Amino acid sequence: MSLVKRVGLALAAPVLAFVVAGIVASLVLSITGDDVGGFWDVMFTWPAHRNIVSILNTTALLYLSGVAAAIGFRMNLFNIGVEGQYKIAGFAAAAFAGEAWLPGKLNTVAAIIVAMVVGALWAGIAGVLRVTRGVSEVISTIMLNAIAGSVITYIIFKIGVNNGNATNTKAMPEGTRVGTINLFKDSPTELYGLSLLAVVVGVGFWVLLNRTRFGFDLRAAGASESAAIASGVNVKKMIVIAMLLSGAVAGLVGLPTMFSDSFAYGSSFQTGLGFTGIAVALLGRNNPIGIAFGALIFAFLSEQATLLNILAGISPDIVSVTQGVIVLAVVIAYEVVRRYRVRLEQSEVAAQLADQSRATPQTEGVAS
Amino acid sequence: MTTVVEPPSPAPSGAASGAIELRGIGKRFPGVIANHDIDITIRTGTIHALVGENGAGKSTLMKILYGVQKPDDGTITVNGSEVSFATPADAIDRGIGMVFQHFMLADNLTVLENVALGAEKLHGIGDAARAEILTISKRYGFELDPDELVETLGVGERQRVEILKVLYRGAKIIILDEPTAVLVPQEVDALFANLRELKAQGHTLIFISHKLDEVLAVADDITVMRRGTTVTSVKPADVTARKLAELMVGSELPSPSTEESTVTDTVLLSVSDIELHDSLGRTELADISFDIHAGEVLGIAGVEGNGQTELVETLIGMRHPIAGTVRLGDQDISQWSTRERRESGIGYIPEDRQRHGLLLDSPLWENRILGHQTRRPSVKGGWLDVGGARQDSERIVEEYDVRTPGIDTTARALSGGNQQKFIVGREMSGDPVLLIASHPTRGVDVGAQAQIWGHIKQARKNGLAVLLISADLDELIGLSDTIRVLLRGRLVGEFDPQTVTPQELGSAMTGAGDDQ
Repeated sequence: MSLVKRVGLALAAPVLAFVVAGIVASLVLSITGDDVGGFWDVMFTWPAHRNIVSILNTTALLYLSGVAAAIGFRMNLFNIGVEGQYKIAGFAAAAFAGEAWLPGKLNTVAAIIVAMVVGALWAGIAGVLRVTRGVSEVISTIMLNAIAGSVITYIIFKIGVNNGNATNTKAMPEGTRVGTINLFKDSPTELYGLSLLAVVVGVGFWVLLNRTRFGFDLRAAGASESAAIASGVNVKKMIVIAMLLSGAVAGLVGLPTMFSDSFAYGSSFQTGLGFTGIAVALLGRNNPIGIAFGALIFAFLSEQATLLNILAGISPDIVSVTQGVIVLAVVIAYEVVRRYRVRLEQSEVAAQLADQSRATPQTEGVAS
Repeated sequence: MTTVVEPPSPAPSGAASGAIELRGIGKRFPGVIANHDIDITIRTGTIHALVGENGAGKSTLMKILYGVQKPDDGTITVNGSEVSFATPADAIDRGIGMVFQHFMLADNLTVLENVALGAEKLHGIGDAARAEILTISKRYGFELDPDELVETLGVGERQRVEILKVLYRGAKIIILDEPTAVLVPQEVDALFANLRELKAQGHTLIFISHKLDEVLAVADDITVMRRGTTVTSVKPADVTARKLAELMVGSELPSPSTEESTVTDTVLLSVSDIELHDSLGRTELADISFDIHAGEVLGIAGVEGNGQTELVETLIGMRHPIAGTVRLGDQDISQWSTRERRESGIGYIPEDRQRHGLLLDSPLWENRILGHQTRRPSVKGGWLDVGGARQDSERIVEEYDVRTPGIDTTARALSGGNQQKFIVGREMSGDPVLLIASHPTRGVDVGAQAQIWGHIKQARKNGLAVLLISADLDELIGLSDTIRVLLRGRLVGEFDPQTVTPQELGSAMTGAGDDQ
């Protein structure tokens, strides 16, 4: 298949999904009597510098969350628990950093490791339950999400500090905090330093998946469990490892904001990123580069949504509707394109071989 | 290897009133010929059995007859008029119904609801439907209560619900796909009583099976299929189980093996006293002991389902026996994982290449790595060597004549024969000491078959030990140095392929030798 055809087919599905989502959003707005033109004006406004920074910060968080979900998806594990994993990991990291047992940046590094380990262990519970007791990871991770919330509430009451009307973990010391990067001189917001973790994780994910034996085993187990077993992959072990990795990456999701902005775990901790990450992973087809685009688009839509109410008097919830439709449409569109691609390739192969055999006639398959 | 196909004998006498006549049916999938030159006449009011090994093309043929797939060639005539089915609904309109091997029932609905589902227009979903179900149930002795929940029914009763569903929709011609596969003997007897009752009332039944005793017990006519086509049609009175087995697996004279024996004295694989149980504790393999020497091909013959799959999966480490040892060379590998066994030089050509041998949506060069994830040239330490894998894939494509536009083509796009050639090439890579080849040429066209046989012979000459499992007697006799027969999980006979006759093998395979 030619390169142009390949790229065209790869882009066909998301483009189709966006068109459908745009039509649905317009329909909803016109039914409710809202200003459709105003909606599109706002959505297509090039964001101001401060908004661009904000979009990039959100993109990094969604990217980490998307990769965490994608690691599971790559071997057919539906890790719904990224939400709980990043919350409890973020909490653990904040509590650890707040104690300031280690000096300066050493404390930062240790806190990041704590986050990854806690996230991994929390996800690992679901992995172990799956391979030893056959518990569906969908059920167990949903349960663990709820448990994570309660555990945090319980412990924060014991160890947290009360600042007025909320209880937070102890604020981390100055030296442990991570600076920000100033992208635009006129922007009051700046890029969180740990957002760069997303780049590291993205490159690591690509290398792991495409260049290591482990990644091959992971993909094989996801593509065909029976073939993987026959090739010598220990699928049970792979399930546990994949859940641990997924949880470790999930553990990073809450860190950029915490180390550069809030400096503690408390009521301001952003929730919901784990669920959005699932959508982002789907949109990006669990591919390291695709997820980056998915995260960027979702971050962009969310940022523009905040302007809708101000500029066009439209409830920003219409953007959530649009995001939902995109995910639904993209799942269908990918399947349609996949089937088309399989048929196209089969007929191309058949045609190519027919050309070859005209040059060198072969015996047609008459069964003995 | 050229063999002569017996022309399909004309339909049994008195077949003027064919309920179904299939003439010259052919069906090709990209690169694979699933059916060709099929001729069958099914007489009205009879039970017609269709027998053949897995992969002989029975399922494809029935899908064509039921409108699931369209034939590329040939004609279908139902009750004298030629038909063309686009969907199963068209077949149902013509009075053809199909009972699938795997039941399609909703457990949490009643018999009535399951039967009426999708056919609400016929008798509604209330009392009229209930009365109709009771009538049918009484007429054929099904003894089904319309208001019972399906989840409370046994397997035999569920199957009767499936048959009732078909009758409810007005079918006069019923296709039963391996209906006895899921039944215990008493249930089989009950099913046969039902079938005879249906026949007595004028229905036509097509019965697909590879259990020969059952076929002989219940059928009026038997058509044998092999390698995608009908071989012959016979009357049960004229054949024995042994003769049928020969017809199914091919009894033509094999090409004489002119090559010298390459068997050495070195025992490479030594299996002793293997016993394997399934999850319910039933014996699947017992007392399995054999040796394979370097340069020897040990052929395992047997009718499908007598433990071949289990034996292979035990040797490759996917199943774990409760007793017995497996030694490779001078090492006891009984406790080794699949990966350790493969690393030690066991090549594996699986029975189901698409499920166990390939990643269908991955390019060929990635498939080169599968099963060789820890070995050069595709892998170095923990890292994939993409260049090495690609280069070696090119070599396999070249040496094994895999017809593909390139190594970036996905495995799915290749024909079955070319997929298989690639697998054979891969498994011969990295100097294997033992090759486990399960039906290596099933579903493969003749050209590829000869090539695969050539590769196995060549490797044997170079000292490879081969365990060959096949349903094709030509293949077994042509390639093996020794043939053992597997029957009900036990090895029952040992034959010299130079002197064995298909009759002897057939009788060992069906256990007929024991009974007489």
